[in-house]
This record gives sequence, structure tokens and C-alpha cells, in this order.
Amino acid sequence: MSQKEENSSFYEVWQRRTQHGDLLFGWLTLFFGLVVITLVFAIGYVVWSGSAEARDRFGFGFLFQTGWNPVKHNFGAMPAIYGTLVSSLIAVTLAGPLGILIAVFLSELCPLHLRNPLSFLIELLAAIPSVIYGMWGVFVFIPFFKSGIAKPLASTVGQWLPLFAGPVAAGRGVMVAGIILAIMILPTIAAIAREILAVVPNHQREALLAVGATRWEMIWYGVLPYSRAGIVGGIMLGLGRALGETMAALMVIGSAKSTIENSLFAPGITAAALIASELPNANDSLHESTLILIALVLFGITLILNILARLLVWQVSRGPVGTIRA
Amino acid sequence: MSLTKNRQIVFFCFLALLVFLAPACGSGPAPTDMTKKDQPTVEAETAEPKSAPKTTNSFKPRAVKAKLTASGASFPDPIYQKWIESYKGVAPDVAINYQPVGSGQGRKNFFGGSTDFGGTDKYASDEELETFGKDVFHIPTVLGAVVVTYNLPDLEKIQFSGETLANIFLGKITKWNASAIAKENPGVELPDEAITVVHRSDGSGTTSIFTNYLSSVSKDWQTKVGTGDSVEWPVGIGGEKNPGVAQAIKQTEGAIGYVELIYATANKLPTPAIKNAAGEYVEPNLASTSAAAEGFLKTMPADLRVNIINPPEGEKVYPIAGFTWILVTKEQTDKTKATALTDFLYWSLTEGTKDAEALGYAPLPETVREKALEKLTQIEVAGKPAFKLPK
Repeated sequence: MSQKEENSSFYEVWQRRTQHGDLLFGWLTLFFGLVVITLVFAIGYVVWSGSAEARDRFGFGFLFQTGWNPVKHNFGAMPAIYGTLVSSLIAVTLAGPLGILIAVFLSELCPLHLRNPLSFLIELLAAIPSVIYGMWGVFVFIPFFKSGIAKPLASTVGQWLPLFAGPVAAGRGVMVAGIILAIMILPTIAAIAREILAVVPNHQREALLAVGATRWEMIWYGVLPYSRAGIVGGIMLGLGRALGETMAALMVIGSAKSTIENSLFAPGITAAALIASELPNANDSLHESTLILIALVLFGITLILNILARLLVWQVSRGPVGTIRA
Repeated sequence: MSLTKNRQIVFFCFLALLVFLAPACGSGPAPTDMTKKDQPTVEAETAEPKSAPKTTNSFKPRAVKAKLTASGASFPDPIYQKWIESYKGVAPDVAINYQPVGSGQGRKNFFGGSTDFGGTDKYASDEELETFGKDVFHIPTVLGAVVVTYNLPDLEKIQFSGETLANIFLGKITKWNASAIAKENPGVELPDEAITVVHRSDGSGTTSIFTNYLSSVSKDWQTKVGTGDSVEWPVGIGGEKNPGVAQAIKQTEGAIGYVELIYATANKLPTPAIKNAAGEYVEPNLASTSAAAEGFLKTMPADLRVNIINPPEGEKVYPIAGFTWILVTKEQTDKTKATALTDFLYWSLTEGTKDAEALGYAPLPETVREKALEKLTQIEVAGKPAFKLPK
């Protein structure tokens, strides 16, 4: 910038006159940050105002009622809340441990020449659109699940445990939805957990190996505790995907909107699936408003679970990083 | 020096990005303008069509250049798209865009003024018409039927009365060899199999027609469940749209459900005969569906808003059928649009019937078609009729 004014190019003149690049950049990023926040509030506002009619009519009791009768205007959110939570819970219970195991294998035990191809495949799985999982569920998994899992379970364990009771005639139900969701979120969890494990510093491993730990002890005491915050975050991301999943759930859950059955093999409904299936052809304005209220409920569920997740992450990441648990 | 150069490059890239973004932001809302009614998307009438119409028929649409937007029921979507496509050969300057968003949304768009006409499987309620204020015509275009289908591999033929169907869908009849079914099917060996009911999970005109029928034949159904695009099903599982229902039935032995006639025909699903009000068991097909409309000719209201469920008389009538309508306002504001719209509808109801049958839609009976055409002549622009029937 030592050149004289008359020799300098347009760019340099411009640069001298606008030396507040950092400031500009700061404003720019602030602007885009605010756009996101505004968007959240805009969505919140639309959902809040759109559900006014239903909120006025049903009040808080709506959350705890069963029944879904668009003809007689008897609506309750409980079956949708139940279906959403239970199917997501099944999904996370199945996919969480599996995802972590996959990640541990890939980052700690996998032969080097297999690591990259396998990681790539897992990330590819995470990118498959959900409707394809739904289709696979309908055409491949449901027939297998019906004859291979549900019927044997219902005729043995189901005899005394209502959770697995029959009938399983069509095979569509909360359990199937949970398993399909588990398959969907498994790659998400595995991919994130793998990334997290990959950045665990090697001295963690070396230190443990140096004091004579086995490989298992090294992973259990040295690697996993170090990365638990990130792994919990990954699981929560998977849970978020499961909660909001619409198409795949709708295709396999069986759409029983008004009741809660004891059996996991019985059909149910999730909040997102309920909205997607009925909103385009709602009977009247109250029906539509109620569906928007369901969206608000889903909004709430997601918010609460996210807060819980954040608390959990804080909880597990407290104390010195990588503390060895005795 | 190289550092300066790099920064220079970054700077210009940034500038280029801004230049690129600015018009992108500006043009954002532009496409939505097209759907606004007050936007002058219609250009002035052109003097002569560029090429002579290909049709040999005497009907020649008046030469206008217009763009019509519409949305509504998905059931008639294939035939509407076919009509729109074929009509381009007759009137190349008329562009019509019909979006199959569903009957409910279609009525909402139409009454909200964002479309030029709406399609619906369920006629607009008195309440809707009252809120809208202006006169609206319901123009029936084709007929659809809803059929029952099932999955029992060893069963050749079966037939139902309305009462039995209602009891099956209410969950009162749970076995295929129940006495009520056996009584209606003498000589048919019914399996000792549990019945699984499959219904639509999405809100649908198909469900509306089917539940309307069940309500008309069963007091129990009427009081417990009622009629609607979405209802509270006492039993069964839901499938998404026709394919979802058909798939669930296909995968479940002993399942029973309902789909549109067209879907069942195209996929060769078994379609049992249903007992009509005259006491005959009638199989669903185009002729028996059209016949359902004839059963209501005497009682058809002037505004053509009528459910043709379970006609009281007629031996060859299939009882689960319904019209699908196009909604248009009586008083049009835009002359070119009104001209294009009425010409298109006239062409569809006359020339277009061939296409309808080819696609598996039951055509309107002659008398109903005449009434529909008469409605077209009552459409007005600034107090003058927008359309005259050709001689």
C-alpha cells in the first residue's frame, strides 16, 4: 500500500476507502444469523396463529386426550404424541448402540484399507431420501417382519406380555416404524460418532496402552469417555431426524389415529405423518387448525428434547476432558 | 504481491457474488404474481389463430390468447391433463395449468381467488358458498366409482350388501366365513380367516364417497362414524392414497379395502358386486357407474350439487359413485379468460368424452351433460353471456 495515489489501481483505491472489512464482514454474518432466527420465529408465529381456533376450542386437555374424529370434531393429540415418542425411542434404542459400535469398529479396529470405503458407504446411507426407506420398508421389510419377527413373538412372548401381543395381520405398526427409523438414523449416528472418535488424540490411546491396557480397555476407558459429548450430540441429531420423519413413518405405521394400543405391533400414528396425510384435504377449518396445532405440539416436543439433549451434553462433558472412570 | 493479487481475486469474487445475488433477490416474488388474479397475464385478443385447428369437428374455439390456472381434486387429474394436452391442438394459444392438490385445497384456492377454476369431488357446502358471496356454478365433468377390493387367493367371486360392508368396516364382522357374508354368497366356500380392514390414511374424496355410501345404508355407520374426507375409522390400518391401500391389501391375506374404480381396473384388482337399492348385485364398471347418475335425474337440483350415492331405483346401477365438478364463478371479470374457459369446458364435455372413456372415467349421462352445457351458457362477463352453444 506504499504506492502513490495516482499510480494505484481502482481496487487499491477502493480498498483504502473501505478499510473496515472486518466490520462489514461482522455485519454480514450478523445479518445471516438474524435471518435464521427470524425464520424460526416466523414459523413459530404461523403455527401459533394458525392453530388459534383449535387452541381456543380444546385447550390444554388436547395434549392428553385420545380420539381423532374429523367428522364430529373430537380431537386429541395423545396418540400422535405417543406414536412419535415411542417410534423415535425404539429407533434411538436400536440405532444408538449399533451406531457407536460401527464407529468404534471403523475408527479403532477396522483394517486401514477398508476404513475409507466403509465410511463412504455409511455416509452414502445417510444421504438416501426417506421415501426410499419407506418403500423398502413396505416392499421388503414388512413381509419379513410380519412372518419372521412379529408372528413368532406374538405367539410366544405376546401371550403374557401385552407389549408384543397380536394380531399382526398387516404387519404395519409402531414397532415397524421404529425399526425403519432406526435403520434411517443409524448412518447419521455412526457417521458422526466416527468423526468424533477420529479426533480423539492418539496420546489418549498410547497412554492407556503404555500402562498395559487391552484394546477393549483402551477404547472403553480412553477413547469413549473422551468423546461422549460428541456421541450424545450425534445420537440427538439422529433422534431429531426420527422425530420429524414423515414419509417413511407414514408408509409403515398403519395410520391408526384415534387410539393408543398396548401392543407395539398395533398400528399407530406419528405427529408428522398425521399432518402430512390429512392437511392437504382437511374437512373444514377446525380440522385444519387442529392439524396445525399438532405441528405446534411437534415443535414443542422437538424443543423440549433438544433442551434435554443440551443439558445431557453439558452433564457428560463436565469435568476434565477424558477423565478416566474407575 | 501475490498476496495482494489473491485478495484482489477474493474481492472481485465477492463483488460478482453480490451482483449475482441482487437480481436473484429481486426476482424472487415474481413467479407468485402469476397466480394473482388481478395480474394482467392475459393479453389482448389476437385477430386470427396462426394455424387452422386440426379438429374436424364443427366446434371452433374463439381465438383468444389466455392463461388459466386451476387446482383441485386429484381423482380427475389424469383426464384433465389429457384434455388440457389435447386442447392445445385445438386452441394453441390457451395455456391451462391444473394442479392436483386435492379437493379441499382446490376449493380453498378457488374461493380465495387464486385460481380461475377449481376441481372438487365434493360439492361446495352452503356455508362455503355463502362466505364466498358470488354465484358459483358446479359443472360436472366425469363420474367416478369407488370399489371394494380384497385379498383372498382362493376366492373366485364374492358379493356384498351395503349393510354387510358397513358392519365389516365397523368391525362387527371379523371373519370371512361370518353368517352375514355367507348368506349373501350361497355356494361360495368362504375361508375361516380374520378380516383386516384397510382404509385411506389421507383425506380423500374417495373416502368421502365411500363413507357417504356406508352412511346411506347403515344407521349405525351414520351415527358412529359419519361422512367425510377423513373419518375416525373404528378398525383397520391406513394406507397412503390408492397405491398404499392396494399394497397393504396385497400383502395381507384376508384384507378388505376400497379404491377408485380406475385404479382397480388398471391394476386388475378383484371388484366384488355390490347390492343396490333395487336389490340387484351389480358389478362396478363404466356403464353401471353412469347409470348411477341417471338414477338421480328426477331429483337433481338446479345447481347440480348432488351426491349420487345409492340411487333409490334402477336395476343396473352401481351404488357407490360420485360426480367430480369444476367450479366457476357466474360473473367473470376478464373477457378473454371467460372466453377461453367456457370454450375449453364445452370442448371437454363434448369432444373430450372419448378421452374420458379411454382413460376409464364414466362419462356423464346425456341429460346431465345437457344441464352442464346449459350452465356454461349462463356464465357472464359484464352482464353479457360469455358463451353461446354452437348450432
